[in-house]
Amino acid sequence: MLLNLTINGEQRSDNVDPRMLLVHYIRDIANLTGTHVGCETSICGACTVLINGSAVKSCTILAVQADGTKITTIEGMAEGDRLHPLQEGFWEEHGLQCGYCTPGMIMTAADLLARNSNPTEAEIREALEGNLCRCTGYQHIVKAIQFAAAKMRTSKAA
Amino acid sequence: MAVVPKFVGERIKRREDPRLITGTGQYVDDVRLPGMLTALVLRSPYAHAKINSIKLDAAQKVPGVVAVLCGDDLKDKVGSVPCVAPAEHVPYHPVLAQGKVRFVGEGVAVAVASDAYIAQDALDQIEVDYDPLEAVTDPEQALEAGAPILHDEFKTNSVTLASVPNPAVDEAMNKADKVIRFRIHNQRLAPVPMEPRGVVARWEPGYKQLTIWSSTQIPHLMRSQVADMLKLGENKIHVIAPEVGGGFGAKLNVYAEEALISHLAITLKRPVKWIERRRENLSGTTHGRDQIVYLEIAANKDGEVLALKGRFICDMGAYLQLLTPAIPGFSGLMMTGCYKIPALAFDQQMVFTNKMATDAYRGAGRPEAAFIAERTMEAVASEFNLDPADVRRKNFIAKASFPAPTAGGLVYDSGDYELTLNKALDQIDYNKTRAEQAAAAKEGRYIGIGIASYVEICGIGPSALLPPKLKGGGWESCTVRIEPDGKVTVLTGVSPHGQGQETTFAQIVADELGIDIDDVTVVHGDTALVPYGIGTFGSRGTTVGGPALMMSVGKLQAKMKRIASTMMEVPPEQLEFRNRTIAMASDASKSIALQTVIEAAYGYKTVIEGVEPGLDATSFYEPSACTFPFGTHVAVVEVDSQTGQVKFLRYVAVDDCGKVISPLLVEGQIQGGIAQGIAQALYEEVKYDEGGQLLSATLMDYAVPKANMLPHYELLSTVTPSPVNSLGVKGVGEAGTIGATPCAYNAVLDALKRLGIRDLDMPLKPETIWRAIRDAKKA
Amino acid sequence: MFPASFEYHRVSSVKDALALLSQFGDEAKILAGGHSLLPMMKLRLAQPAHLVDIGAVHELAQIQEQGGRILIGGLATHHSVETSSIVKAKLPILAECAALIGDIQVRNRGTIGGSLAHADPAADYPAAALALEAEMTLENPGGKRKVKAADFFLDLLTTAVQAGEILTQVSFAALGAGTGGVYLKHRHPASGFATVGVAAVVTLKGTNFDKVRVGITGLGAKAFRASSVEKALAGKASDAIAAAASHAADGVDATSDTYASGEFRAELARVYTRRALEQAVARVKA
Repeated sequence: MLLNLTINGEQRSDNVDPRMLLVHYIRDIANLTGTHVGCETSICGACTVLINGSAVKSCTILAVQADGTKITTIEGMAEGDRLHPLQEGFWEEHGLQCGYCTPGMIMTAADLLARNSNPTEAEIREALEGNLCRCTGYQHIVKAIQFAAAKMRTSKAA
Repeated sequence: MAVVPKFVGERIKRREDPRLITGTGQYVDDVRLPGMLTALVLRSPYAHAKINSIKLDAAQKVPGVVAVLCGDDLKDKVGSVPCVAPAEHVPYHPVLAQGKVRFVGEGVAVAVASDAYIAQDALDQIEVDYDPLEAVTDPEQALEAGAPILHDEFKTNSVTLASVPNPAVDEAMNKADKVIRFRIHNQRLAPVPMEPRGVVARWEPGYKQLTIWSSTQIPHLMRSQVADMLKLGENKIHVIAPEVGGGFGAKLNVYAEEALISHLAITLKRPVKWIERRRENLSGTTHGRDQIVYLEIAANKDGEVLALKGRFICDMGAYLQLLTPAIPGFSGLMMTGCYKIPALAFDQQMVFTNKMATDAYRGAGRPEAAFIAERTMEAVASEFNLDPADVRRKNFIAKASFPAPTAGGLVYDSGDYELTLNKALDQIDYNKTRAEQAAAAKEGRYIGIGIASYVEICGIGPSALLPPKLKGGGWESCTVRIEPDGKVTVLTGVSPHGQGQETTFAQIVADELGIDIDDVTVVHGDTALVPYGIGTFGSRGTTVGGPALMMSVGKLQAKMKRIASTMMEVPPEQLEFRNRTIAMASDASKSIALQTVIEAAYGYKTVIEGVEPGLDATSFYEPSACTFPFGTHVAVVEVDSQTGQVKFLRYVAVDDCGKVISPLLVEGQIQGGIAQGIAQALYEEVKYDEGGQLLSATLMDYAVPKANMLPHYELLSTVTPSPVNSLGVKGVGEAGTIGATPCAYNAVLDALKRLGIRDLDMPLKPETIWRAIRDAKKA
Repeated sequence: MFPASFEYHRVSSVKDALALLSQFGDEAKILAGGHSLLPMMKLRLAQPAHLVDIGAVHELAQIQEQGGRILIGGLATHHSVETSSIVKAKLPILAECAALIGDIQVRNRGTIGGSLAHADPAADYPAAALALEAEMTLENPGGKRKVKAADFFLDLLTTAVQAGEILTQVSFAALGAGTGGVYLKHRHPASGFATVGVAAVVTLKGTNFDKVRVGITGLGAKAFRASSVEKALAGKASDAIAAAASHAADGVDATSDTYASGEFRAELARVYTRRALEQAVARVKA
C-alpha cells in the first residue's frame, strides 16, 4: 500500500507491503542504514528513531503505521557538516566503541534532552533503560549526553 | 605551518567516530549488491534428535524463493566446520545437520529468497520429521555411564583429558595447616555483541573469485579455513571485515554460515546475504566460560598459600568450534594469579553436552583463573580470620621478582601488584569504609567490600603457543606506506571492531614521523589490501600489532634518513624526525623538509643513487614472550536483605596495562570490561533446562546489563612498562572483565560474611542472595 | 523478525473498526500502539489475517476530567499518561506506574488500552487499574458496556473483552483527600517487566485505615486484588501493615521462571506490599 511520510526533511511516497517493519523500510527502501537491528524483542534499542520528535523502536512499528509522520534518523541529526551536540558529545567523550548501538543511543538521548535539559547521571542511566551497549559500560555515554546537554543549554541561553 | 604536537599519551578523539556517529559506517547488513538474495536458516527446536526426513518442496514453491536446501544436499560439497585446537575427539561438524541434531539452534535447512520476509515464509513450510533422543546438558552427568552419547563414533562424551600433575602439591597438602576445598562454577555466558553475526557472499564466475563480507575478528584466518571447507585457493577468496559491531571473542571463529552462504552464492551465481537474528545469536553463536572446578587450597594460618589443585570439568557443548578445547588451558595455567604459590596441579576434563559450543569470550580462560585465585584469597582470609587485603599482600609476587616464573610454567614480564592494591584501597579509604561497614551492620544493614587483584596473559604470543592447524602463528603484520603526497597509509593485520587502532596506530605513526595525525589513515579488515594478519583477540591489537607497526615505521625511517643523509651530507645516525622535517638531533636548524625526502624516495625530483625507490615497508612481528597486565579492583556494595538486590556504592579500578598510547581509549576498554565482568557476577547466565531447551534465547531473558544496573567507575592506573615489546604496552581489552567478576562477587559475599555465607553460585541474582540469607538466618 | 502477511485496514472511527471486527471475526486483530501485538507477530506466534489499525482514531487518545472522574482513552500512550497534568494532579500513582513501564521508546508508543486488553501477567498497568478500581469501557456493535477492573482480568492473557469488542476508555475516580497511592515494582533485569509489581492505594481516617486497595501483578497468571491484605487492614492502624502484607501472596499459584521461582516471587509480593503500603501511608501523612 502507499505510504507517505517525511524522513529527515525529505518527503517520500513508497509502495510497501503492510507487513514490512518500519526499520526495514528505513534501511531497505529509504536506504538509510544508520538505523540498526540488534534484537527481535524490542529490548536493545539499536533501531531507535524519532517519530514526530518522540523516540520509538522502529522494529516494533509497521511502516504503514508511520504514514503521515515526520521521521528523524541518525542521518538527519547533523546540519550539513555541523554535528548535532549529541554527536559531538559521543565523539568528544568516547561514548562509542563498535558504534552499533550509537545511533539508537543518540536518538533516545535526543528525546530525553527535549524533556529534561539538565539530567543527572541517574536520570540519564534510567532514560537509557531501552538501549543496550555491550562495549562502553555506559559511563562515557552518560558523559556524552551530559556534554550535549550543557552545550544545548548554552546555545539556548545565547 | 604550526608545530606538530605529540599524540602518544594524549587524549585523542577517535578517528573512527565521525562515520559511526552519523550513521555512515558500513556493517555487513549495510552491504547492498545488485541481485542480492537473502538467506535464513531453519534451526533445530530439539537438543538431541534423529532426523528422519526433511520435506522441502512446499518451501521451494513459495513465490520469490530461489533455493531451499538441507544438510544432505551439502554432503561432500562443504567441509566440516573447523576446530584447530588439539583434542582426542574432534567430531565432524556439518554446516547443516546431517541425520542428527545435537543442540537447540543447530542449522537444519536454509531458504534463499528475494527478501527475508519471503525466506521466513519458506522456512515455515519446511517439514522436518524428528525422533527426539534423550539429551544431556550437565557435563558431570554426561560423563556417567549410561548417559546419552552425542557422537556415537567416540562411545564417550569425553572430548579430551588434559593433566598437569605435580607431586609437590600433594606434599604441600600434607604439610599445610589446612586444606580448603570447594567447588566453583564459572557459568555459561553469551557474548552478545550488539551487532549479531552476518555474512554476504558474492561469486564472480568469470574471475572465479569469491568475496565474503563477514562480521569477524579474524578475516585472514577465516579465509584460510573457508578455503579449506570449499576447496578453493586462498588467493581466490577475498574477505572483508567491514564495520564490526563488537566481537568479544564470539567472532574469533569460523562458522557454518561463512561457508554455507559462500556455497550458495557460488551455486546460485548471485550475491547472498545472511544476517543472524538475536535468537540465533543466543543459541548458535559460541558461548563462553562454563567451567566447573573442584578446588583444593593448601594454606597456613598466617595466610600463606602453599599449593593449589584443581579438577576441572569443562563444558564444550555439542561440537567443537575453532578453539573450543584450547580455552580452559589458560584457566589452569593462570589460576595462581598474582601470587607466589609454589605448587600447582590440575587436570581438565572436556565434555560434550547437548548445548552450543563454548569458545573464547572476553578473557577466554583468564576470568575463570582470576576468579579461582581471588576466591582462594578470600577463602584463606575467612578460614583464618585474616583481612583479605593482608592475605593478598602476604602472597603477592614481589616487585623485585620480575621477570617472575610461575608454578604454571609461565614467566610474568613485569609487575607491581601491591602498588595497585594500595592505590585502590587508598582511593576507597579502606579503613574508614570498614568502619562504616561495621556501623551499618549494627543497624542491620549489609554492606560489603570486595577486592580482586588480577593478572592476565596477553599479547599471545610466540607462535609456538598457537595450534598449527590455525594456519597462522602468534605474530602480526603491518605495512606502512608513505604516499607520494606525504600522506601515510597503515595496513594492519589486526582487525579492530571497536578497540580504536585507527586512532592509536595513527598516534604512533604521527609521532614517529613528526607529522600530523590527520595525515595518517589506518586500513584493516580486508584481505585484498592488508598483508596476511592474525586479527584482533586476546588483547593483542596494540601489543602485537603495535610492534609490527613500529618495525615498518623503523624501516621507512631508516630509508628516509639515508636519503636525507645523502641530501644533507650528515651521517644518518645524527638525524631525527621532527615537525615535518628530518633534522639534526643536535641542531634543529639543520633540517630538510620531510616532503623533500619523500619526493626523492619516489624519484620525481631527486634521484638518490643506490636507494630502492618507493616508501613502503611490510613487517611481521613475532613476539618473544607474552605480556601480563594486572591491577586491583575494589567495590563497595549494599545488599537488600529482604529482596536480595545488590546496589553498588563505589567501584574503584586500578589497572596497569604498561605504557598507554591513548588514555581515553584505555578508559573505554576498562569500563566496558568492568561492565561485562559485573554482568557475570550478578546478572548473566545462559540457561538450558534438563531436556536441553534454551531458556535464555532472547534479550527478554538474557540479562545484558543496562545503564541503570551498573555503577559509576572510578578509574586509576599505574604504569609498569612491559619489557617484551618496543612500545612497552601490555594490552587492555580484557583487563576490566577479569578484575570485575571476582571483585563484585567478593563484595556481595563480604556483605553476607557475618551470616556465615561463604559460597554462592553466580550469577548472584536476588533470589540466590535472598535464599542464602533466609537459610543462614534459619540455621 | 518478519511477520507473516495480512490485510491491513486503517480506520478513522471506532464504528468502522467494530464493523471490520464483526466482518472478519477471529481472523482480525486490533492494532493500537502495536507494542503487545507486533512482538508476537514478529516471532509469528500471532498471524492474524486482518489487522485493524485504530491508531488514527484520535479521540481515543484523550485524557480528560469529567465529574470527578479521570477518563483516559484507550489509545493514550504511557508517555501521555505519565506526563498528563490531570493524571499527575489527580492520580499521581498512575503517572508513576506509567513512568515505570518499559522504557522511553515503549512508553512513547504503547497504549493503556493495548496493555490492559493484552493482560500480560507481568504488565504494570493492571496492578494500578485494580488498586484504583478502574472501570473499562468496552464497545461493541450493539453499544457500550462497562466492566470493573476486578472483573476484567480473567486469566493469563485473557480479559473480559469479548470477540468483536474494543476497549475504548479507562475511567478512574480521582484520589480524594486523605488518600495516597504508590506503585513499586521489582523490574526483571532483562525484559523490564514486573517480576512483581504492587500498587497500594490507602485512605486514612485519623490514624487508621478507612480503605485499602492493593493490586498485584507479576505474581501469578493474572493481576489480582490482594483482598486478604485489604481485609487484614480494615480499620487498623499502620502498625498492622507488616502482618497484613504477609498475606499478599495467599492463594496465588505463583509463577516460576528462570529469573525468579514462585517462592521468591511470593516473598517479593509480601515485601513490596509492605513497602508500598508504608509509603502510601507516608504520602497521606505528608
